[in-house]
Amino acid sequence: MARERYIFASDLSLSMPRAPLASHSFVASFGFIALIAGCSPSAPSPGRSVLRWGGDAEGGAPFVEADPSDPSKVRGFDVEVAGMIAKGLGAKPQFVQVAWASIPQSAERGDFDLGMSGIEDSPELRERNSLSIPYYEFREVLAVRPADKGKYRRLSDLARRRVATLGSTQAYQILLAEQATTGVVPVSYDDDVHPYADLVSGRVDAVLLDNIIAERSLRRSGGFVIQDEPVAIGHYVAVLAKKNAALRDSIDDVLRARMRDGSLEKTFRAWNVWNDAEAAYFARALAATRDTATVATKPHQSILTYVPSLARAGVITLLLSFLAMTLAVLAGCLIAAGRVYGGPIVRALFTAYVEVVRGTPVLLQLFVLYYGLSSVVRLPAFLAAVLGLGLNYAAYEAEIYRSALLAIPRSQLEAARTLGLSELQIFRLVRAPQALRLALAPMTNDFVALLKDSSLVSVITVVELTKQTAIYATNVGSWVVPGLLCAAIYLVFSLPLTRVARTLEQRWNHV
Amino acid sequence: MSALSVRDLELNRGPRPILRGVNLDVDAGEVCAFMGVSGAGKSTLLRAIAALEAISAGKITIGNATLTPGPLPPESRLRDVRRQVGFVFQTPSLFEHLSAMENVMLGPIHALRWPADRARDVARRLLDSLGVAHRADAYPRQLSGGEAQRVAIARALAPDPTLLLMDEPTSALDPARRGALGESLRALAADGRGLLVSTHDAEFARRFADRVVVLDQGRIVEEGPASDVLTSPTHAATRTLLQGESSPTTH
Repeated sequence: MARERYIFASDLSLSMPRAPLASHSFVASFGFIALIAGCSPSAPSPGRSVLRWGGDAEGGAPFVEADPSDPSKVRGFDVEVAGMIAKGLGAKPQFVQVAWASIPQSAERGDFDLGMSGIEDSPELRERNSLSIPYYEFREVLAVRPADKGKYRRLSDLARRRVATLGSTQAYQILLAEQATTGVVPVSYDDDVHPYADLVSGRVDAVLLDNIIAERSLRRSGGFVIQDEPVAIGHYVAVLAKKNAALRDSIDDVLRARMRDGSLEKTFRAWNVWNDAEAAYFARALAATRDTATVATKPHQSILTYVPSLARAGVITLLLSFLAMTLAVLAGCLIAAGRVYGGPIVRALFTAYVEVVRGTPVLLQLFVLYYGLSSVVRLPAFLAAVLGLGLNYAAYEAEIYRSALLAIPRSQLEAARTLGLSELQIFRLVRAPQALRLALAPMTNDFVALLKDSSLVSVITVVELTKQTAIYATNVGSWVVPGLLCAAIYLVFSLPLTRVARTLEQRWNHV
Repeated sequence: MSALSVRDLELNRGPRPILRGVNLDVDAGEVCAFMGVSGAGKSTLLRAIAALEAISAGKITIGNATLTPGPLPPESRLRDVRRQVGFVFQTPSLFEHLSAMENVMLGPIHALRWPADRARDVARRLLDSLGVAHRADAYPRQLSGGEAQRVAIARALAPDPTLLLMDEPTSALDPARRGALGESLRALAADGRGLLVSTHDAEFARRFADRVVVLDQGRIVEEGPASDVLTSPTHAATRTLLQGESSPTTH
């Protein structure tokens, strides 16, 4: 592949340290760029000297990626298109790193003038933001394992099959619609690498994503085939704040000029994403008047339409938390008993378990359990989530129970022995019941914490309450209503729990 | 009949000897007080007899049960000792999550497998005889020090032991309560039990004990009828103990 080594140097790189950055730290360095850039949102005005544009370098090539030879700079076709737009407006481009799903809202907030990073045109987005004319037409394509090429040709062939995609994308919306009609099971991911890895390993049966992403994954790792017939057609646009319609119009003029003079084609060819469909699209776009790119808007969706999906996600969160906590309590009891009563080897093993689990992030543990071990044991996502959270919290529960057991005075245990009770009876009748009363408050605390930590499992494709809220928020372009609804549901779960615990505690304290 | 027989008992903690060549007998129906300053080994001797602490040498015989040197055997092999020995700790050590009645019933129901009705009858009778029947439903933290101690005595007596060990039972009581406790101990001995009571309250020992044994640095230094030992002590340790007695509220 002959990729033009066009390197886009952003203004900001001048103020960045010139020392070469280790490649693994590039995301962190972009976070830093976003941080300092976010401090001074520039008021967009025509005749600017700097055009600030937001993108997500985590999205990678060919959209936006950190330049391997200088990770403080970015490159990609979106970078080049942004450069063309800036030049057309007589300004210098300046890159701002933003998480992909937040780009439209960040543009609306005024963090930058325009956002570009494979942003998909959609009626919802058009309602909330000003959008440029599409500068690229992509296809939503289905990737399947080679053996299934004849079997799963289109979405309707995948009834009750798991189909992976990136959350909060047009593809995810297509899958949700398909779920209602043909019973496809959508599986949402936070990144676009693991859907294909899980397709190859058999965790999902198909992946629906942009052809650019699918082709990139095929080149990188392979192991699957892409169906020729597209599921849908989509467009990449630049996104601006609603009030910046004038700037948008100037940008549209620049984009048309670059379509006409062949610069856009040259860039897309350089990044190996040019094809006949693109040429046909450019012809149509140049022939059309300004407004034809506008898609008919769907009727505004009310809050009520999201309540069922949030309720479903709430049930997932609740079920997941209860199962994980049950596991944590049982395993915690075992570990605590082992550490209090066990021999030196048992004690050492359980102590090591507690230290390792407490000393490493639960997110890492979930990744290892779900992706890391997938070559040995392929756990379903929900089971992996229960195991991951449960075994993590078991370490904390074990410490609570251990200290509660040790808090029972030795003289009581000896008094029980002189009465002729066996060790097991002493544990069951004297030590454990009193330890439970001591452990109740910290246990309740942990359960409420677990309820909220359960939102972490979206990284292994479980759509729980917070993830569903994020999807909903992306959809309506605001966190206000979804956030309030989500918070209300979490409170509905946790408040009764703390109340029960308080009642029990009071009853036990009064005796 | 001997309720307890201790022969040549040695007990070391690490290299440190705690009990040295102790010989002691307690007969059924007898109240034996043993005295000594703090650190003389009183509590350790009681704990050794109750099989809560391993002995280094010698032999302890309680009825048909024998304790010999070496690590403590598992509870399953100590049943005979447990059945025959009741222990009242210096702090009452009641089970905080159980009522007074349930504290007394726990041993009979779970260790002796009595039916609950029988255990309840016995518990009520014991609480009644010790004057705390009206506190049967109270929880330990609701009891006064004296009430808690009498519940602890009832708990130790419920399995009907032949030997009752008491560690400093008078330390938490005012003089009037001490008198009442003493009367209770006499009544328990009159039922045919052997009582071994550690105390450094000479007045209490004089009034209620049949016999006094004086322990000093892990050895028995003086022994005899309470009236003899406490009126004409022969050993310096006994005299030291009696000097402390000059002020009636100290012990």
